[in-house]
Amino acid sequence: MMRTTRYRVAFQAILIKEILRFSRIWIQTLLPPAITTMLYFIIFGNLIGQRIGEMDGVRYIDFIVPGLILMAVITNSYSNVVSSFFSSKYQRHVEELLISPVPSWVILGGYVAGGVARGVLVGVVVTCVSLLFTDLSIRSYGWTLTVFVLTSILFALGGFINAVYARNFDDISIVPTFVLTPLTYLGGVFYSISMLPDIWQLISLANPVLYMVNAFRYGLLGVTDIPIGVALAIILLFIGVLTTFSLYLLNHGVGIKS
Amino acid sequence: MSALLLQALRKTYKNGFEALKGIDLEVAPGDFFALLGPNGAGKSTAIGIISSLVNKTSGRVEVFGHDLDRDPEAVKSCIGLVPQEFNFNQWEPVGEIVVNQAGYYGIPRALAWSRAQESLARLELWDRRKDQAISLSGGMKRRLMIARALVHQPKLLILDEPTAGVDIEIRRSMWAFLSEINRRGTTIILTTHYLEEAESLCRNIAIINQGQIASNSSMKQLLNQLHNEAFVLNVKQDLSGLEELAEYRWQQLDDHTLEVEVTREQSINGLFQALAERGFEVASMRNKQNRLEQLFIGMVDASRRAERK
Repeated sequence: MMRTTRYRVAFQAILIKEILRFSRIWIQTLLPPAITTMLYFIIFGNLIGQRIGEMDGVRYIDFIVPGLILMAVITNSYSNVVSSFFSSKYQRHVEELLISPVPSWVILGGYVAGGVARGVLVGVVVTCVSLLFTDLSIRSYGWTLTVFVLTSILFALGGFINAVYARNFDDISIVPTFVLTPLTYLGGVFYSISMLPDIWQLISLANPVLYMVNAFRYGLLGVTDIPIGVALAIILLFIGVLTTFSLYLLNHGVGIKS
Repeated sequence: MSALLLQALRKTYKNGFEALKGIDLEVAPGDFFALLGPNGAGKSTAIGIISSLVNKTSGRVEVFGHDLDRDPEAVKSCIGLVPQEFNFNQWEPVGEIVVNQAGYYGIPRALAWSRAQESLARLELWDRRKDQAISLSGGMKRRLMIARALVHQPKLLILDEPTAGVDIEIRRSMWAFLSEINRRGTTIILTTHYLEEAESLCRNIAIINQGQIASNSSMKQLLNQLHNEAFVLNVKQDLSGLEELAEYRWQQLDDHTLEVEVTREQSINGLFQALAERGFEVASMRNKQNRLEQLFIGMVDASRRAERK
């Protein structure tokens, strides 16, 4: 059998396994983001948003749509990979992959694709929910889709690295709670950074989520606080660094081999 | 070409524990090979290295002519592993576990399902294919791991304690199954604590102790090393009148049972004759200890004594 065919089949096997895994537990994986987003729209969009008025020239409820969609994509891409890969370590079924002739990049690709699949599916669910509250019109489909997928890849990689180092279930919730959530909330989901004092605007620029939210907002609404070329370069840079690091960890068996 | 070749294989863990101290081992294609040793001897470490679950410190591993360092994918393609611990996703359906594993070896899904049906049916698990693995009994889980290991039709099957915790009836049906796949050409390496299992299934044997190979020979040669065997005999008459038994060493266990040691120079016929001459008729007889077990304990003890010196 051709090596490339073998790799493709192995990649598909991991991806199908991942999709079936989160589909089997859809009440835990797909339903909660829909409910949470609906609450955000009702409270921040409708109730508080009406008092805020416009932000960056658009209605507040429309302004928060891109951030809320991306927040769901980030959280779900990350948590899918971190919980799935850590669980495979914990239950030792990662050994099924380690003994098989599957190269590290196919293993990583399969898990990341699984995270992207969940991120995209949840993103679609949240987008559908947002249509109940706003008249969403997409300014650039290409740009929106690109940022959507790249962000999902980036956070799926982050989840993978977290899972490699995690030794117990606490370790897989520490990063989402103490790093991911603050970065997302401070990444301009609910506000424009132009509202912040200069020093906080500068500090905000160190937050990678800010670039993703703004790039995505540009794709949907055509407004952004950041030059979109810079945003794309930052996202790609992070993906490159995290991919290289993840492959290093897998090739050296860090956290999975003795 | 060997099915498996280990040369000067060493493993020192990060905590400094030297699990393997440079072992050499060769397994011929088609063999049914026993790798025995007490707990902590290094068997699982050796198996872990061969199957790429443990990084070796130094040495060489070759499987069917493929070097593990130079072509790990070719080595992995040749091996099927049944580990000691359950290592599948307990929440996945049984059929999916086997089919996913096939996918990792590049077997397309449709073919994987037909292979899964074949091996699961042979191991009486096909009817449970839609059930979550967690719902299976211990014996079924062991059989599931065998079915999973065979789905890519490996040339070398490594079984690490495959019948641990399995009742005797299922154990014997697993022995029959393993013998059958060995007859069809699959090389098998077996580690087990049931020495009766190794003696009845395996043609060649290595005993590993404290990270070193203590013995490596054919099963027949190894059993020939046995200098004496102890038998437990039940006799029909009351043994109270028995005072001596020719040149045999013996002891009375109860009124109708005695234990006799028979050396290689003596014979069981001679023992029966000696008893018959004294008016005792043997009703039944059994080995006090499995022959391999007797040898194994002797070797491990000798090795420990040598280590202490």
